[in-house]
Amino acid sequence: MNTAETEPPRLYAPREPIFPRRVAGMFRTVKWWLLGILLGIYYIVPWIRWDRGDALPDQAVLVDLAHRRFFFFWIEIWPHEFYFVGALLIMAGLGLFLFTSVFGRVWCGYACPQTIWTDLFILVERWIEGDRNRRIKLWKSPMTVTKARLRVTKWAVWLLISVATGGAWIFYFADAPTLLVNFATLQAHPIAYSTVGILTATTFVLGGFMREQVCTYMCPWPRIQAAMMDENSLTVAYRSWRGEPRGKHRKAHGSSDLGDCIDCNACVAVCPVGIDIRDGHQVECIGCALCIDACDDVMTRIGKPRGLIDYMTLVDENLQTTQSTMKDLIRRLFRLRVILYTLLWCGLGVAILVALLNRPEIEFSIAPIRSPLYVTMSDGSIRNSYIVRVQNRNGEARQFRIGLAGETALTIRVEGVDNLTTTIPADRTGIKRVHVTAPAGSDAATAGQLDIDMVVEDTTTAASAIKSTSFHGAGS
Amino acid sequence: MMGEKQDPKTAEPETTGHVWDGIREYNNPMPRWWLWTLYATIVWGIGYMILYPAWPLVSQATPGLLGYSSRGELAHTLEEFNERNAPLDAALVTAELADVHADANLMEYALRGGAAVYQAHCSQCHGSGGNGAVGYPNLLDDDWLWGGSLEDIRYTVVHGIRNDADEGARFSQMPAYGEFMEDEQIDGVVHYVLSLSGQDHDPYALSLGAIVYAENCVSCHGEDGRGNQAEGAPNLTDPIWLYGGSEDAIRESVAYSRHGVMPNWNTRLTEAQIRQVAIYVHQLGGGE
Repeated sequence: MNTAETEPPRLYAPREPIFPRRVAGMFRTVKWWLLGILLGIYYIVPWIRWDRGDALPDQAVLVDLAHRRFFFFWIEIWPHEFYFVGALLIMAGLGLFLFTSVFGRVWCGYACPQTIWTDLFILVERWIEGDRNRRIKLWKSPMTVTKARLRVTKWAVWLLISVATGGAWIFYFADAPTLLVNFATLQAHPIAYSTVGILTATTFVLGGFMREQVCTYMCPWPRIQAAMMDENSLTVAYRSWRGEPRGKHRKAHGSSDLGDCIDCNACVAVCPVGIDIRDGHQVECIGCALCIDACDDVMTRIGKPRGLIDYMTLVDENLQTTQSTMKDLIRRLFRLRVILYTLLWCGLGVAILVALLNRPEIEFSIAPIRSPLYVTMSDGSIRNSYIVRVQNRNGEARQFRIGLAGETALTIRVEGVDNLTTTIPADRTGIKRVHVTAPAGSDAATAGQLDIDMVVEDTTTAASAIKSTSFHGAGS
Repeated sequence: MMGEKQDPKTAEPETTGHVWDGIREYNNPMPRWWLWTLYATIVWGIGYMILYPAWPLVSQATPGLLGYSSRGELAHTLEEFNERNAPLDAALVTAELADVHADANLMEYALRGGAAVYQAHCSQCHGSGGNGAVGYPNLLDDDWLWGGSLEDIRYTVVHGIRNDADEGARFSQMPAYGEFMEDEQIDGVVHYVLSLSGQDHDPYALSLGAIVYAENCVSCHGEDGRGNQAEGAPNLTDPIWLYGGSEDAIRESVAYSRHGVMPNWNTRLTEAQIRQVAIYVHQLGGGE
């Protein structure tokens, strides 16, 4: 009996190491630029300062969890306005849908942090260990001092990048300069250290070792985005009708019998996920277009037109195979789902903008005290009490005047102050007990329920807001 | 992979050797990780029994080496809480009550603490909103039997009213006039009191009522019927009635008299808590 037959099947397939070759070209250039811009934004944004007065933080972008505030340049979001953030997240989602249905896995190939940091780590790897061939050779060679030195150097640089990545993250949640000093002098909160630790570990492992396995096995997005793509979405594909039959030895076979593909394997060598695009569409492909750059370079050198590997839609790919005429690419891209996503995205964006620009200058709420509905005073007047919450969103303490709107027989009093003006500290909600009294025997005192309007005025800017509430007379 | 164990020679399933009525028991052991998990839970359980309260005995469970109890944990939490608030309590106890509102932080502490004390100890009689009930004063209006300044309220909370436990308790005692007055006299004074607060009354009873009032009631309730906070005598001219302002309710008050009791809180609440609740009640709307 053969032992190989009785041995149970392996539970996993070991990773085939991938050594992507350096490549130059249009898409690679775009990707380098994107990498620089996106990393720049990530690292620099927490350090931008923005003056909001003495009482408020001067960091332009800050998620202040302790005080439940979100600062974004001139916008300050309080917890009850979290729907703005929610709507932004929905817009981000719809934006992904839109880009996916038009350009396929463009997010995966160009903008995803996993791709960006993997690109960066591969760049470091190439600087230290050399390009593809030298890396393969090094990989296969036995462990020597040189090999160990190169590997340790590479890991050290990766670790530095990882620490910077995790480190930058925490600056979004606290005043960056203060936190940096505290962090360096070991006085920051343990959560800061554990966050940096976790993000350092994930960056180091995901960018350095897991790489394409994250996209293939771990990430749900590639599976989800299949639902947004259709036969009209752009994908990276190989024009097999043009390339096949492929062959290296063109003289021996006579070039007229062969396709354009010279089987140079450049597209395979540059691929960061280790596939051969000429095998057709594959789940591993992140649409990074590096094989297009590699193939275009070769085609140019052998005097053939570029685009043996190219962005194309599935429909066009099939049409080309049968040599039929194709539609303009632009007309392929504009279809119902694209228009729908665009409309939804724009509609939501406009809605957020309108809501943001129409935010009331003064926000306050009135909660009538219902236990009891009214109190009879010694002179026979009827009094209702209310809890009024006034938000002071300014960077300084302000005085607010609480009053009744319009001509009315009712009188108003704010508990604890002689006039109706109350001071609320900066960036705080003032909670005030307010009494409204109807004179004895007046209509309001004897009636059931009555609508009244309360006004809150910022005495500094004279801006005011008005809200309705109820007054309960003795008839209720 | 996880099939039954096999005898390597016969390729028959391994059995435990147990046979009953021709039925053999296969040897299907648990996976090793499962077994180790079981052992681990047993070790954990023994450790737990030694360290924590476990075995119920007659009066209480075995205490465990760590001496843990959920009551002890609560006591510890409360102690920590009180320790943290000690400076605020000290400031509150030494401050002039009237000045507390100037310190926003201390005022907020007093209000939040006072609200909690009120809900725990006062709301049963005075209502969760402070609006009282028949026989239990409404704390929201501007009519106070014993005074509505911060100091007056504090004194009332400390000593209570008409209780036997505290010598400083506020005390007043209206006689039960039914015991020594004719029905006609009582009728008269009831209608006189009704007239004081502007309610419907029998004008023919007024002349007798005025005489009875002048002879018996003036000393406490005053000539004009506005009462006297020093004596705890209610104002009879306003529309606020502790026991009801109808003719029947007033007649009952005159004939039988009413003596509501409030406990002294100095034995149950700390001075800081008393001051908190005094400040809380004062700002409900009626404070003087």
